[in-house]
Amino acid sequence: MHNAGCHDFTDWIMLEAADLACVRGERALFSGLAFAAAQGTLLRVAGANGSGKTSLLRIVCGLTLPDHGEVRWQGADVRALREEYWKELVYIGHLNAIKDDLTGVENLEIGAALGGRPITRDAALTALERFGIAHCALLPARVLSQGQRRRVALARLALDATCALWVLDEPFTALDAAAVELMQSLIARQLARGGTVVLTTHQEVAIAAALEQRIDLGAAGPAC
Amino acid sequence: MLRTFRAAVYRDLLLAVRKPADVLSALVFFVIVVSLFPLGVGPEPELLKTIAPGIIWVAALLASMLSLPRLFASDHADGTLEQMLLSAAPLGAIVVAKTVAHWLVSGLPLVLMSPVLGLQYDLDPLSLLALAGTLLVGTPVLSFIGSIGAALTLGVRSAGVLLSLLVLPLYVPVLILGTGAVDMAGAGLGAQAHFLLMGALLVVSAAFAPWAAASALRISSE
Repeated sequence: MHNAGCHDFTDWIMLEAADLACVRGERALFSGLAFAAAQGTLLRVAGANGSGKTSLLRIVCGLTLPDHGEVRWQGADVRALREEYWKELVYIGHLNAIKDDLTGVENLEIGAALGGRPITRDAALTALERFGIAHCALLPARVLSQGQRRRVALARLALDATCALWVLDEPFTALDAAAVELMQSLIARQLARGGTVVLTTHQEVAIAAALEQRIDLGAAGPAC
Repeated sequence: MLRTFRAAVYRDLLLAVRKPADVLSALVFFVIVVSLFPLGVGPEPELLKTIAPGIIWVAALLASMLSLPRLFASDHADGTLEQMLLSAAPLGAIVVAKTVAHWLVSGLPLVLMSPVLGLQYDLDPLSLLALAGTLLVGTPVLSFIGSIGAALTLGVRSAGVLLSLLVLPLYVPVLILGTGAVDMAGAGLGAQAHFLLMGALLVVSAAFAPWAAASALRISSE
């Protein structure tokens, strides 16, 4: 694949979308949506509730088929790349993907193995420690607070350091100021490394990014 | 891929151990249903002997179906299924692992319990052996076929009813072969043909069901 040998990543278009359309029920959420994100780009998806932000992220991940158009990763359709693409992808949805009956460290360890990127227990503990929840690493997730559970989910980002694409759906919800700050620095580091980050957020969180694009889905989609 | 497979089996077994009520409910259902029949039809040894294979097999079908909706539903609810769909490892491998874990938790206990329950029906040792043997080969088939139904009905309202409508007709060949083998063994005839056919069913369902279930999962979680 493309390996940028120099610091100028901008030549490489990693993620692009062409003429995307998404219809939910009778409503067209968006249509004719296109973007191209080079290495190191932060792509912010903005829009009101119900404007199709999560739908767009699921389409970008390849979880949902767009009603029109396609998403391309390094020039190839993600639906054709499948596992090749998912190897490069970390998706954190608005569901935390945490099992209540497993401990924090088990969730992280088993989740990584299921994702096809096995890690050691030490790596899992280190990631939890970075998110300041090492003390509850051995507690079942059901006893954790909402914010702590979100931190366990986000701790994957401290692990999956080599993945080229992060897709984050509202990563800052339920987080306290310290955790938001940590997320900002993790995202900034990922961008500096030449990774691509797609995120939706209602909070205006400043993130140091050389390249930043904004997709505005506007108000809730028009009825059709 | 092997590590992913192992992790998925380990995870589901761990969850079953942490929540034993789910596991025990299928087994308790099986034991109670099978034990109710002798009470209902009266203690006539010849009659009980005749109906035993059918009753134990039907109870096993229902018990294994009882636990099917849980195969993917809880993973769907908490978002872990999404992550499995986005795994760099093949989804089919994860589905096989989950099905194997499902069988270990809800099928294998039925197999182990069946000879004890067969005693209530005055089955001879050879029939008891045949009964446990057919369940050993047959219950994995039920889990594999059931995984397709569980994947298709994911997120559907009243999924349980729909699931039984989808899956029970597909269980018929297993039921016929399973009870047939026990009857044959009881009559002193060889049950080899039945066992071979059930083995064939197991191989076919193990090869194709995970693939179908994986596709169904992608469709139903869109």
